[in-house]
Amino acid sequence: MKEINKELLFDYIIQLGDSSMILGQRLGELCGHGPELETDIALTNISLDLFGQVRNYFQYAAEIQGEGKTEDDIAMLRYEHEYRSALLVEQPNKDFAYVIARQNFYDHYHYMLLEFLVNSKDEQIAAIARKSIKEVEYHLDFSITWMKRLGGGTEESNCRLQDAVDNLYRYTKELTTPTETEKQMAELGVGPDLTSLQASYYNSLNALLTEAEINVPKEIVFQFGGKEGRHTEYMGYILSDFQYMQRAYPNMKW
Amino acid sequence: MEAVDPHIEEILSSVSDPEIPVLTIVDMGIIKKVEQKEDHILIHITPTYSGCPAMDTIEDDIVKAFDEEGLKAKVKHILSPAWTTDMITDKGKQALEEYGIAAPKDASIDKAALNGEKGKIKCTHCGSMNTKMVSRFGSTACKALFQCEDCGEPFDYFKCLR
Repeated sequence: MKEINKELLFDYIIQLGDSSMILGQRLGELCGHGPELETDIALTNISLDLFGQVRNYFQYAAEIQGEGKTEDDIAMLRYEHEYRSALLVEQPNKDFAYVIARQNFYDHYHYMLLEFLVNSKDEQIAAIARKSIKEVEYHLDFSITWMKRLGGGTEESNCRLQDAVDNLYRYTKELTTPTETEKQMAELGVGPDLTSLQASYYNSLNALLTEAEINVPKEIVFQFGGKEGRHTEYMGYILSDFQYMQRAYPNMKW
Repeated sequence: MEAVDPHIEEILSSVSDPEIPVLTIVDMGIIKKVEQKEDHILIHITPTYSGCPAMDTIEDDIVKAFDEEGLKAKVKHILSPAWTTDMITDKGKQALEEYGIAAPKDASIDKAALNGEKGKIKCTHCGSMNTKMVSRFGSTACKALFQCEDCGEPFDYFKCLR
């Protein structure tokens, strides 16, 4: 394999971790607030899986960086524009339909991404992916089941899910639109060629929406920028919550 | 786990999963390698689930257990090969059942049970097969919640992972 530029690899790993981390944080907000006990446990379990995976990525990133930093430094002590998460995952928990639609849009992408990464030319990324994919398969199953239940449930649940889909769909294309880093990683066989995943992403997503009796949104103005550090207003609020302890009490430990 | 010095295995077997105290880390199948280094013993462990919060405690417990025997141990986390429930020993599966957690079944039964098919998992309280899944996610990442329709009691099922 060609020698990989360390800074580029570091940047790529940060991108892999950030979307899952911010989604994990959003799901964590629901701890104790889920619509029913089992769903509450499910969503926080998914959050825990995501944070576990992110910890693996960031431990690896810290090792590559070689500055003696830990995964916590990378997770907690960056500024907003340095987070490379997609816009989709920072969208708020407006209601349960939004939570499920956001989750499902991400799970579809996440599973396809990991399907490639299990064979990544970077051995550590491949090892993390082989561990993660088993967990994400479960997340995808969970969110698909709920998409069908909400869509095919009552008039109210269908209406709420349609509203969530109409509002969140605009953030989906960013997931499969590569940044400069992702393009270079694809060339090296470390990451997938995201553009080539786009068709199958929308095929499976739109088929699910149709099955769930939800109209696939049309004439969408897709939104981009999160993966390059340009976030929506929500991000600052997430980070102020997320980073509070580390900012207020630097180097604190449990 | 590869064959190791019986004394070392004994020490490792004294450490258990903090969330499932009847299951030793040896029976759980998370010890992957034991290396004798110049001044310490290096234990390679693999996590069950990526976010399993028990891993840090297990690491501390291993170091402590060796320390009590006057030995110095260090723990290394490895991800590959990824852990599967097949790595739980038969003794471990039996311990789980006795503790009240249904042991993981093979993949096809597991899938059917988790897709909501009734009568697939045996109740750990009364032995009835008349059971149903309550939630695919349970009290920890590795378990799902079931309920027996005969005795009415809820119980955990250790999900199959491979």
